[in-house]
Amino acid sequence: MGWTKKVLRVDLSKGTCKSEPLNMKWAQEYLGQRGLATKYFIEEVDPKVDPLSPANKMIMATGPLTGTMASTGGRYSVITKGALTGAIACSNSGGYFGAEMKFAGWDMVIFEGKSPKPVYLAIEDDKAELRDAAHLWGKSVWQTEEIIKKTHQDPQTRVCSIGRAGENGVMYACIVNDLHRAAGRSGVGTVMGSKNLKAVAVRGTKGAGGIRDGKAFLKATTAAKKVLAENAVTSQGLPTYGTQVLMNVINEMGALPTRNHRDVQFEDARKISGEAMHEKRPSDGKAQLVTNAACFGCTIACGRISKIDETHFSVVNKPEYWGASGGLEYEAAWAMGAANGVGDLEALQYTNMLCNEEGFDPITFGATVGAAMELYDLGILKKDQIGLEAPFGSAQALVKLAEMTAKNEGFGKELGLGSARLCAKYGKPELSMGVKKQEFPAYDSRGIQGMGLAYATSNRGACHLRGYTVASEVLGIPVKTDPLVTEGKADLVKAFQDATSVFDSAGVCVFTTFAWTLADLQPQLDAACEGGWSMEKLTVIGERIWNMERLFNNAAGFTSKDDDLPPRLKTEPAKTGPAKGKVNGIDKMRPEYYKARGWDDKGVPTKETLQRLGL
Amino acid sequence: MQKSLYIDANKCTGCLQCEMACSYENYGVFNISKSRIKVFNFEHAGRMVPYTCTQCAEAWCLHACPVEAIKIDAATGAKVVNDATCVGCKVCTIACPFGTVNYVAETGKVQKCDLCGGDPACASACPTGAITYVDSNWTGLDKMQQWAGKTDTQSRANA
Repeated sequence: MGWTKKVLRVDLSKGTCKSEPLNMKWAQEYLGQRGLATKYFIEEVDPKVDPLSPANKMIMATGPLTGTMASTGGRYSVITKGALTGAIACSNSGGYFGAEMKFAGWDMVIFEGKSPKPVYLAIEDDKAELRDAAHLWGKSVWQTEEIIKKTHQDPQTRVCSIGRAGENGVMYACIVNDLHRAAGRSGVGTVMGSKNLKAVAVRGTKGAGGIRDGKAFLKATTAAKKVLAENAVTSQGLPTYGTQVLMNVINEMGALPTRNHRDVQFEDARKISGEAMHEKRPSDGKAQLVTNAACFGCTIACGRISKIDETHFSVVNKPEYWGASGGLEYEAAWAMGAANGVGDLEALQYTNMLCNEEGFDPITFGATVGAAMELYDLGILKKDQIGLEAPFGSAQALVKLAEMTAKNEGFGKELGLGSARLCAKYGKPELSMGVKKQEFPAYDSRGIQGMGLAYATSNRGACHLRGYTVASEVLGIPVKTDPLVTEGKADLVKAFQDATSVFDSAGVCVFTTFAWTLADLQPQLDAACEGGWSMEKLTVIGERIWNMERLFNNAAGFTSKDDDLPPRLKTEPAKTGPAKGKVNGIDKMRPEYYKARGWDDKGVPTKETLQRLGL
Repeated sequence: MQKSLYIDANKCTGCLQCEMACSYENYGVFNISKSRIKVFNFEHAGRMVPYTCTQCAEAWCLHACPVEAIKIDAATGAKVVNDATCVGCKVCTIACPFGTVNYVAETGKVQKCDLCGGDPACASACPTGAITYVDSNWTGLDKMQQWAGKTDTQSRANA
């Protein structure tokens, strides 16, 4: 069956926890995790709701393959209306928390209302209760996990929590589990904080059972693991260098946004690359990277575990940061590094640790610092306003600003707004590099045209994980397309968006798609779940999920005007590299995309489209 | 030929495929809390270490059992718990110096690794070769080979 068929409903206002059966009709139409939880969310929440009001809800959801032997089958997602964006939010995380939730017997947990005082949810199999969290409020993610594990006297307990960023209303706060895995984007942690919910602790001893056809399932998962093991990206590139394998590649393509997208190539890219993480430091003769690591069930193991240089200025006399800890992923290294012109690998590792420790999104944080540095460069923000000199390239400034944001002190409060609100406040909204108030990730759409369309139309604001056409445009997966042209990108983006919706709803990691297509996922789902899961059914589900999210955003007040890029990417050509002279062709691609989607010229799904998708 | 589980912790990524395989083999459900092999994550050192019964030749658990519920599987050399005989006294869990025989409250018996009758599911499931099932007489062979490769062969290379 794949599903546990049980939903836990937690009313934070009343302090109650109730079990209810999973809507199996919806499970057949929306699969699980992202799709199914979004269906629940949309049925229950007014699209116009203020994300930080008690009327907003937040759902933590697993997929049918979460907690099974399917490779990467450990994912869970957080679905809510995003604090940063005001759009539908769905942030996905690995680690071990999602599988433990499944082992305790829950497909999803729905949080509603707002607790009158700080609480945390404790789940032990069927038993679930809200407990006082007064002693945890004000504590970091790392402290919270440690205290809860000690209190429960069970080292096997898995915890997700918000840090001080989520408590203090940083608009891009994350929910962090297992110390350094995060449901990272769109401010899902901010929503959690607004509900006075500090953490969820879960212990499951029931396991994931009820696989429809055990024999077929083991056969299908084994075959799919073989595909990952024989693919160069998933068996060599990612385990060796992590996502950081991309830093030098994207820089050479002229698609590495640098200094708030003023440039498309970073002169110090190599210094902050995956290769650099392997190199021995002059100071102590050790490499920053200690080992690679896997999330639950993952046979790729792209995770980075690193140790910072103890002599680096950021951590001198701070031994609490000297141990092994979650290391730099490409997006974080780019956002805090290239986007600010900072080429100091150790400084990036330190600020990355702060993001994990206090729970804030390194992409939005880094990009917001980049915007602030440009405002400083233009003389709009002055030293006395920021509290320090903040020129592009200053590792000292980056470190200080990260500490200020983590502690919600001084100018850190303004950085906590995110770049859209910050730039608007200082009269330069066009300097915020993002879509729907969410900052771009690490690919410049002047050098990778399809990503411009993927960003502009992403339902959760600018994001690389909604339609990763980089796979095709850069790596040639599944087929190579020219990154510098707009032709054919509308269909490409649509195909990636729809397929990704299925992967995000299944309980597996989207990184499998470097090697897997839907045809590799389908037999695993079909063996695990009842109801007959054909390619046709999955393809329609992917498109249905995408359109459902779109309908929510349209009802929330978003229009085709919001499917756009900042003027810089449309009018300021790339200065160097293979894309020199190029701007992004979003205005050409957008109407093509609407047409491919079966939407009208305002970006509204037509009646026929909705009918075809059963919406 | 007798074979043994051989664990190279340096290759472990902490994915827990071994724990799922073990629980599925023995209980028909993916449930790592029922696994007889455990991966320990020493977070602050960046080390992940799979650990299970090493099937001692002179097994403390077997000698300590008052009802002779633990027998040697002649084919594999595994020390196997006979559920029908086990009375759940837990003396074996005290006798074992490594903690790899454990009491299961739900069944009132102890459980330990039995090498899956000669085809350990954990080793088959391990994606990185951190857990292998090899000739007992040669458990250190790959380490020997690795160190051999590091010995100075300069003189021959220059010859």
